[in-house]
Amino acid sequence: MGMPQLDWGGVAPFVILTLTALGILVFDLLLGPRHKVQLTYLGLTGVLLTLALLVSGFGDRERMVGNMLILDDFSRFFHLVFLLIAALTLLVSVKDMEEESIHQGEYYALILFATLGMMVMASATDLIMLFLGLEALSIPLYILSGFFRKRLSSNESALKYLLLGAFASAFLLYGIAFLYGSVGSTRLPKIAAHLSRGTAWENPLVFLGVGLLLVGLAFKVAAVPFHMWLPDVYEGAPTSVTAFMIAGTKAAAFAGLLRAFGTALTPLRTEWVAPLWVLAFLTMGVGNVAALTQQSIKRMLAYSSIAHAGYLLVAFLAGTSRGFSSILFYLVVYAFMNLGAFTVIIALARQGEERPTLSAYAGLGFRHPVLAFSMAVFMFSLAGLPPTGGFMGKFYIFTAAVEADYVGLAVVAVLCSLISVFFYLRVVVVMYMQESPEGQPSPVFSPAIVITLVLATLATLQLGVLPAGVWDLAVRSVQSFWG
Amino acid sequence: MPLLSLVIFLPAVGAVGILVLPRKRQDLIRGAALAISIFTFLLSIKLLVDFQPGVGGMQFVEEAAWIPSLGISYKLGIDGISLFLVLLTTFLTAIAILASTGVVHRLKEYMVAMLLLETGMIGVFLALDLVLFYVFWEATLLPMYFIIGIWGGPRRVYATIKFVLYTMAGSLLMLVAIIGVAVLHARAGASATFDLTVLMNAEIPPAMQTWLFLAFGLAFAIKVPMFPFHTWLPDAHVEAPTAGSVLLAGVLLKMGTYGFLRFALPLFPQATLTFLPWISGLALIGIVYGAWVAMVQPDLKSLVAYSSVSHLGFVMLGIFALNGEGIAGSLLQMVNHGLSTGALFLLVGMIYERRHTRMIADYGGLFRGIPLFGGTFLLVVLSSIGLPGLNGFVGEFLILLGTFRVHPLYAVIAVTGIVWAAWYMLGMVRQVLFGPITHPENADVADLSWNERIVLIPVLVLIVWIGVYPTPFLSRMEASVERVIVRVERQQIIHSSRFTVDGKKRVVSREAIAVNRESVTVNEEEER
Repeated sequence: MGMPQLDWGGVAPFVILTLTALGILVFDLLLGPRHKVQLTYLGLTGVLLTLALLVSGFGDRERMVGNMLILDDFSRFFHLVFLLIAALTLLVSVKDMEEESIHQGEYYALILFATLGMMVMASATDLIMLFLGLEALSIPLYILSGFFRKRLSSNESALKYLLLGAFASAFLLYGIAFLYGSVGSTRLPKIAAHLSRGTAWENPLVFLGVGLLLVGLAFKVAAVPFHMWLPDVYEGAPTSVTAFMIAGTKAAAFAGLLRAFGTALTPLRTEWVAPLWVLAFLTMGVGNVAALTQQSIKRMLAYSSIAHAGYLLVAFLAGTSRGFSSILFYLVVYAFMNLGAFTVIIALARQGEERPTLSAYAGLGFRHPVLAFSMAVFMFSLAGLPPTGGFMGKFYIFTAAVEADYVGLAVVAVLCSLISVFFYLRVVVVMYMQESPEGQPSPVFSPAIVITLVLATLATLQLGVLPAGVWDLAVRSVQSFWG
Repeated sequence: MPLLSLVIFLPAVGAVGILVLPRKRQDLIRGAALAISIFTFLLSIKLLVDFQPGVGGMQFVEEAAWIPSLGISYKLGIDGISLFLVLLTTFLTAIAILASTGVVHRLKEYMVAMLLLETGMIGVFLALDLVLFYVFWEATLLPMYFIIGIWGGPRRVYATIKFVLYTMAGSLLMLVAIIGVAVLHARAGASATFDLTVLMNAEIPPAMQTWLFLAFGLAFAIKVPMFPFHTWLPDAHVEAPTAGSVLLAGVLLKMGTYGFLRFALPLFPQATLTFLPWISGLALIGIVYGAWVAMVQPDLKSLVAYSSVSHLGFVMLGIFALNGEGIAGSLLQMVNHGLSTGALFLLVGMIYERRHTRMIADYGGLFRGIPLFGGTFLLVVLSSIGLPGLNGFVGEFLILLGTFRVHPLYAVIAVTGIVWAAWYMLGMVRQVLFGPITHPENADVADLSWNERIVLIPVLVLIVWIGVYPTPFLSRMEASVERVIVRVERQQIIHSSRFTVDGKKRVVSREAIAVNRESVTVNEEEER
């Protein structure tokens, strides 16, 4: 094996994003402290350029870096989701950064590096590449979650994330090692070919490898019981970073799960279906029940993100192309509704406040009808009520589950949704059915926040009323996944 | 012209229009909302005029692709079953908006919620695609959630959350069942579809029917509400503002009974027969239990709320008699209950605005001071307990007739319900309207204002009209009711050979069904 030949058409999106991030680091040195905002524009330009490049390439299929990365429609779909999340995060970050007066260029560069890691993960056709992507995603996030270095909660968040993240990575790497040892390759297609010969039982270490891999990915997906780190990390991190993690890492982790278990390990499906069933069951149940009692809205959404991972696992278990398409669709909806909700939280956050509680939202429905309306839309969507994208997403997932004969799990999922209605609607109750106390600070409406809010609201509603376009794209992308 | 879509979405579009009106101009907001609701009502009158009475199948059908890859379509249609429920909805919404003079706080949002609710309710009655139906079904939930939660009484938050959680507990399982029906249909080799008219002819294995019927039935039974799923209703009614109660009792509860008739029966004919004794039994318990509990209520609104449980028990009993009289009577009784109970809630609201109490014990001797109110109240109560010559009698009589033909014992038990109703309703009238004036405040209450008279007169006219001359209503229902019965019984023959043995209970000759089957196919061709 000589030097891996580089196919510039395929790597261009990755290269542009890297160059943008590096450019931000350089410009950061040249700009005065008052002008750091311009780095946002630079970052946005890079992201949008990459986005345009990816959109124009739909339908192509390119392999690169010695066949370890692939750019097909499946990865393109994920890349679009990641870049959308990154763009919206960049937009809403400015307020957070300015209020803590830690306006630094590294922040934007780290967001882009993490996005790059996610993209690598979604494109990986080799376990090593998958691992590299995961690390490229995680390490910037360790730093970002501790970015408010004067806050105790932010420090706690970073430390916990680092320690538990390291554990997860170790599990994953150990799993990869066992798989390599017993199969002889880290290439996903080769592993699939080897395992489909039905000789897996000759070497039980394969199963150890699969199990460790599953645990590692379950950590990243935050499936119960591997979720313990998530609430503290998400609550303590700067709100804009939480928004990025909640939408982005979830999508990336599922991209990894689909790449590894959706193709290479499908021959062993009968072995890992049962543990995954239990994981999905627990994740939905524990996530929703724990969210019931939360007072802090960030923590509530953190638990809700665990619950949503459970719904996604149901779709993953279905294992059909409709199941995988519904994961893709749901991740889009999920990104918009969560980023939207976090934008509202950012707009309402008081300077220096570490744990925003629900009481700040009392009477918001009549103080700021537009802000409250969009928050209500996001809550209804998270609860899965029509006519929002959240409903359509769940509908697709349930359809996939019922089609694949996972009716029991579908019933569990709807009962869990019922629990979730209670705590999502509590936010609406506080906003519309409680009087606002005196002296509430008025929310800050920077143009960036308004744009994000309008975009997220319209997208959430549009995905609920006319979902066919995105759905068809998801179906097409999954078709390319199986080649 | 897509008339059905217009009727559905006119209120929603109007609601968006109201959003941009200036908040301070309350008259303008009221006027605009009223105008929109009246215009919607007139559009639905046009539906009634153009409706062809003899046709059993769907009319005014509209169809467009919505999510083609899953076979979900935007399909609407109206028949004799949904026709009067749509009219009831547009009528009661206009009345409710007219009667909302008491609302001054956050008026704009209130009117927006009312109009969005109207869109959802009409959509439920017109949707022919199961997913579309589900979307409208849930879409009625949110406006009512806000109406109770923002403009309701002291325990409004508790009541509204209970309302939402109860309703969703049923509807989410129904969602899984909806998917199940479509998946089963697609597995049989057909192309994926959620179209009710297609799925109705699907052959679902009996074992599956049982589960699917349970899921659909739970959603509908909670909405009706049938005993023992009724506990959300008194809370919601007591806390809701007057207009909310009117629409809740008048229309939202009918979504449950309509659901049984439109979906559960034709989709799962076998399971319908399996569960028939259970549902009839629960309906009977509801009739008697609702009446007994109503008897001891100190609060006017909760008395009316429990009387609804009892009345809706009649409707369920009639539907599950599975014959022409029973189902037609139930349909008519749905309209009747909407009118009578709607009017009762309006009257209770009116007297509450004067005296700020709903306790029966706080009243007495009202008739002397306010005879107009007293007379109207008495008339509405009499219609509610089924006095001949008023609307309630026709519906209850048909239901009892239909029930008696198949289960004489059920009919006998149900009749006692009428006796109880007379007991608690007239007892309440006696305590409120007659007797000595024990509270001096009751002596100088103002009688009905002009606005209140305008609200009540249309309802009273309909109450008398249906009581005296119900034929125009019944004749438009007949063909569609017949169609449902034929569907259930045809499926019965196809699936079960026991049917011919069991001929005593449901006497339908094979020849008659063969003829009907032809007429059904003819109707289906007409639809296209």
